[in-house]
Amino acid sequence: MLKTNLTHVLSEKDHAELLQNNENVMICCGRMGPMCIPVYEVMEELEGEYKNIKFADMEFDSPDAKIIRNLPEAKSFQGLPFTVYYKNGKVVKATSSIQSRDQVTAILDEHFKQPVNETTQN
Amino acid sequence: MDNHFDVIVIGAGAAGLTAGIYLSRAKVKTLILNEGTVGGQMVLTHEIANYPGVENISGYELARTMKTQAQKFGCIIKSNLKITSLDLKGEIKRVVVNNKDIYTSDTIIISTGGRSRMIGAIGEENFKGKGISYCATCDGDFFQDKEIIVVGGGNSALEEAVSLTKYASKVTIIHQFDHFQALEHYVDEAKENEKISFIMESKIIEFIGDEKLDAVKIQNQSTQEITEIKIDGVFIFIGYVPNTETLQGIIELNQWKEIVVDKDMKTNLPGVFAAGDSIQKKYRQVTTAVADGTIAALSAAEYCNNLKKELSEHELVH
Ligand SMILES: Cc1cc2nc3c(=O)[nH]c(=O)nc-3n(C[C@H](O)[C@H](O)[C@H](O)COP(=O)(O)OP(=O)(O)OC[C@H]3O[C@@H](n4cnc5c(N)ncnc54)[C@H](O)[C@@H]3O)c2cc1C
Repeated sequence: MLKTNLTHVLSEKDHAELLQNNENVMICCGRMGPMCIPVYEVMEELEGEYKNIKFADMEFDSPDAKIIRNLPEAKSFQGLPFTVYYKNGKVVKATSSIQSRDQVTAILDEHFKQPVNETTQN
Repeated sequence: MDNHFDVIVIGAGAAGLTAGIYLSRAKVKTLILNEGTVGGQMVLTHEIANYPGVENISGYELARTMKTQAQKFGCIIKSNLKITSLDLKGEIKRVVVNNKDIYTSDTIIISTGGRSRMIGAIGEENFKGKGISYCATCDGDFFQDKEIIVVGGGNSALEEAVSLTKYASKVTIIHQFDHFQALEHYVDEAKENEKISFIMESKIIEFIGDEKLDAVKIQNQSTQEITEIKIDGVFIFIGYVPNTETLQGIIELNQWKEIVVDKDMKTNLPGVFAAGDSIQKKYRQVTTAVADGTIAALSAAEYCNNLKKELSEHELVH
């Protein structure tokens, strides 16, 4: 299990349940390595800000991680981690290697627009 | 004022976190602002075996322990942010974060460290994670039985080239000069490895591919001749640069853009100290960053105390 404070996806079943129960999901599939840790840290920080998104991780070397490793969207990937963004169970974006907070938030803002706060609506 | 601190530390690597531990423990109100991941280069290190008192530890674990230690003493750490404006000249220092949050302090410690140097060739950014890597231990296994290039001529490049032969069928080392900067035993080990070949006096000028890297264009530095080589991956180890771009024209830097400090880690600006890999020094290690961070923290605390003393004497007189 990865040493993060994120939700851990441990099996294909967990993965299916996560996608079924959440409209917007970001999963970072990696190891406890130098390119992956910064992405986990960004996700941990964003968890409080993006309540409409479920943030999770998955161990790259677990056999069930083939559900991410074998995604057509990850076909050209040759750098850890593989980070996948799902909307209603479908992949909307996938990235390879380290990503900064700005790069991650740009994707979240594009694909998972936060619902407008009712109190600010006119 | 909630956003006023005795000390603001810029950078949360080994130097900045150490400063945070010392200052907060001494009840000096301290804020650390960090652009990337807390831990800095320590997080890039799989295993640290030369940090005294700890036999073997991953860089991530060491960084996490330092962070917890600092926070336990009351240090506030904010990470993954961008410093958009820095005013170090006046008596009160002013830092603007993400163009909106303003923090002020009596003193500043700069501990922004360094980062991997990029080649700067066309296409480099596009193929990061799709054929270009800066970490052999992270991405080596994607290149099982593939042909790869290692760029560089220092210890890291030659050591990593040898380690990558565990996976790759062929490793070509490309170096810009006609000789290596690495220690002799690294060079010998690479030369003795039959999977390794060398292209000297050459630089990659372009990365080519569609979805992933397919080829590179290489230019010979003496003949200027350009050749294209088909390749599966490129690992880049061409040294480090200090993170001091934002300080140019603000603070004294030497010709290599390192911050100039005295033995107390004082810069040329009153109340501004610096520590770690971003300063002018010969050896860059966790131990030396920790030592610099300690000295900078103690110097900054002394500066704060003197300021407070001067202020209270001034109040007594008036
Ligand atoms: C692959 C690798 C392996 C290593 N192995 C070892 C080893 O085994 N043993 C050893 O002793 N040393 C090792 N080192 C060296 C050691 O990691 C460094 O010397 C040390 O960690 C430097 O610490 P630092 O705090 O000065 O800088 P850094 O660790 O570089 O930290 C600087 C921090 O400042 C942040 N920052 C940068 N610019 C800004 C800005 N403008 N605003 C705010 N924040 C900013 C960065 O994001 C970073 O978090 C290794 C280095 C590398 C790269």
